[in-house]
Amino acid sequence: MNSSFTLDGQEIAFQPGQTVMQAALAAGVFIPHLCFHPEFKPHGSCKVCTVKVNGRPTASCTVPAMAGAEVESNTPDLQDKRRTLVQMLFVEGNHFCPSCEKSGNCMLQALAYDLGVMSPHFNQMFPDRPVDASHPDILLDFNRCILCELCVRASSEVDKKNVFALSGRGIRKHLIVNAESGRLRDTDIALTDKAMQVCPVGVILPKRRGFALPIGKRFYDVKPISAHFDQPNAAAAEG
Amino acid sequence: MNDVTDHTSYLDPILERYQRQPTYVVQILREAQDHFGYIAPAAITYIAAALGLPRARVEGVAGFYSFLHTEPAGRYRVLFSDNITDRMLGNMELLDYLCNKLWVERGKVSEDGLVCVDTTSCTGMCDQGPAILVNGHAITRMTRGRADEIAELIRSKAPVAEWPAEFFAVADNIQRRDILLGHDLAPGEAIRAAVGRGPADAMERAVSARSWRESYPAAVRGPTETLDEIKRSNLRGRGGAGFTTAAKWDACRNALGQARYVVCNADEGEPGTFKDRVLLTRYADLVIEGMTVGAYVVGAKRGLIYLRGEYRYLLQSLNQVLGERRAKGLLGPHIAGQANFDFDIEIHVGAGAYICGEESALIESLEGKRGVPRNRPPFPVTHGYLNQPTIVNNVETFAAAALVAAKGGEWYRAIGTPKSAGTKLFSISGDCARPGIYEYPFGITVEEVLHDCGATDTQAVQISGPSGVCIDESEFRRRIAFEDIPTAGAFMVFNRDRDMFEVARNFAHFFAHESCGFCTPCRVGTTLLKSTMDKIASGHGTQHDVNDVFRLNRLLETSSHCGLGHTACNPMVDTLKRFRPAYERRLKSLDFEPAFDLDGALAAARQMTRRDDAGAHLKTEA
Repeated sequence: MNSSFTLDGQEIAFQPGQTVMQAALAAGVFIPHLCFHPEFKPHGSCKVCTVKVNGRPTASCTVPAMAGAEVESNTPDLQDKRRTLVQMLFVEGNHFCPSCEKSGNCMLQALAYDLGVMSPHFNQMFPDRPVDASHPDILLDFNRCILCELCVRASSEVDKKNVFALSGRGIRKHLIVNAESGRLRDTDIALTDKAMQVCPVGVILPKRRGFALPIGKRFYDVKPISAHFDQPNAAAAEG
Repeated sequence: MNDVTDHTSYLDPILERYQRQPTYVVQILREAQDHFGYIAPAAITYIAAALGLPRARVEGVAGFYSFLHTEPAGRYRVLFSDNITDRMLGNMELLDYLCNKLWVERGKVSEDGLVCVDTTSCTGMCDQGPAILVNGHAITRMTRGRADEIAELIRSKAPVAEWPAEFFAVADNIQRRDILLGHDLAPGEAIRAAVGRGPADAMERAVSARSWRESYPAAVRGPTETLDEIKRSNLRGRGGAGFTTAAKWDACRNALGQARYVVCNADEGEPGTFKDRVLLTRYADLVIEGMTVGAYVVGAKRGLIYLRGEYRYLLQSLNQVLGERRAKGLLGPHIAGQANFDFDIEIHVGAGAYICGEESALIESLEGKRGVPRNRPPFPVTHGYLNQPTIVNNVETFAAAALVAAKGGEWYRAIGTPKSAGTKLFSISGDCARPGIYEYPFGITVEEVLHDCGATDTQAVQISGPSGVCIDESEFRRRIAFEDIPTAGAFMVFNRDRDMFEVARNFAHFFAHESCGFCTPCRVGTTLLKSTMDKIASGHGTQHDVNDVFRLNRLLETSSHCGLGHTACNPMVDTLKRFRPAYERRLKSLDFEPAFDLDGALAAARQMTRRDDAGAHLKTEA
């Protein structure tokens, strides 16, 4: 079947069952995103990937591609909204890029640079989120969590361990681990788990490896996040 | 953990009663808390193991609902309903008064673990506030005298069940009846009318016929004829969105699935709304009759009522009505003597989450999960409860459907306006002489309603709650109908003495408290709105903050995951449009005024570069 829609005027072919995001990435067109990961079922919570399909705003990672649809993504209005969403994620948590070992490999940081976010705009909330350093090999720094649930999905769907889940509601929503003590050392997480590899920010970190690759040579130091997706089917290699 | 308490002794009977089914997680947690006072970490571990669920998932459910506590929250938990109408009746003074009496700080459990006094979202008693909940039991018409008595009862550790019965009296306050509140149907009449629309032996022939081809037309005639009546009635959903009821039922009926479900949305959480409270108190038979008619039309065997936690006091009477109907053959197997018409209903009690009024979040909650709205499509009519075709309708919609089934679609459609058939229940509260429930045909003007409820000197009316609209005097000639001002029923009246900024600020706090937190714009945006409104209230706001409200509105109304986020800025935007002075007199500055002389600050730079041309000066406004 030969179906296609247009994305900012460019024709994008899609397979039945693909979402707008999946088809766009397969064609080498970048739509900014955070909670989407090509290996997992789309989730649609960060809303950074919001596009307009025939004039109607919707998350491109969850909306099914439709033949003949006109999709807008790279417009001043949508980019401005993405900047606001990224600013919201920055003020909601405690993100101190200069002291973060994920700097340069962080999607939130990379996206902020790519979108031209120059300030947090809103007042910082400075939530109290103690780190969990209980595990001998793994550090959890909840300060940087953007609640994308990728670790939740990876641990449940791939690792079959359910190490992570969410608790709380609204602005108090937070990541928890699967242990009565609430500590990571009492879970069955392992360094080889898929959940160790999917965090787009710096929450789930293997210990003693932080600066193996120096700042300046890291993934998004070499080229901006949008340029990582400019080859067809580049999405699968990302992450 | 050093938890040596034996949780098995009280958890086992609860788990047994719910057949260790994971769909009952919310019910199990609620009852576990009723027994132990809170949900202890060891209890969560035990429940998770018994249900075969990851522990973290059960903890996540317990952490989602306002009324569930994973640490000691006070043997007496006194929650003041904090809708704006309660505020107007002085709930905050009473809260402080009670805190002083009990020597406690608001929101903190007393050191002996005896009591905690706090606020909660609207409890649906706006017509008889200030209202409170004590360990989940509703108490209305709070006064200082009553607060004194309550403080005494708590100090003497009297069980809430032994408190004076008059504390718990909830008045119906029905002020105007029309076809629904004045109906004369006997239990079963609508069901018999629905069944009577098909051939008498339709259902029997459906199961005994040699082939589906032979039986199909006859077997479906009862349900399809009834569906046609609903279609003819032009009945639209009464929960606010106004989706055509027949279209929903038809889609569910035609969807593929192993089972179909009928769900009654009794999670009446919109602040200012309390009509379902009265329907479930006095008209439960009619509501359940409507659900049964729905089951007949779509072919469901099981129904669920999602009763908001604040209305838990209705659980016993509702179960009694269900029992009576079973005894009369109006629920259970072979309803109305039809061989293949089996349908029964169970009640799930919510645990304090406004978002569960959103139908897909409600279904998640029914399945024992966090009440987070699903991605749609697919919609519940094809993939609802347990991923099966499901109709979710408002309490009032089911009651109206029963009327239609009994009296016909043409009769119903003749009432109201061409686009809004029938009548609507209004929950009227705020500044009026006679708050309560009013039933009007659609098309009534706001002015007429204000006159009837004895509202004078009215400044504004908030229609359909915080997520609805706020209108001023210039719009009182507008009509309540889907084609003009649609409503789920709330009608809050504000006279000229009221500060509309404080009204909006109360609603901003409500949305921040009730956002489920799934999507970024709503989770962070509602909290930013709340702090912006607090900043303006404290006298530190500027024009910049007002601009931010509009900026957040543009983002939330387009990119939020569900209706909560889409409408969360409405109260601010509406009041800014109509009552801007209420904001402006609080702002530090109406313009952007930097704290220092910008051009002056450039003087040193000019000196160093030896420039003094026009380009080296900031442009001054003419």
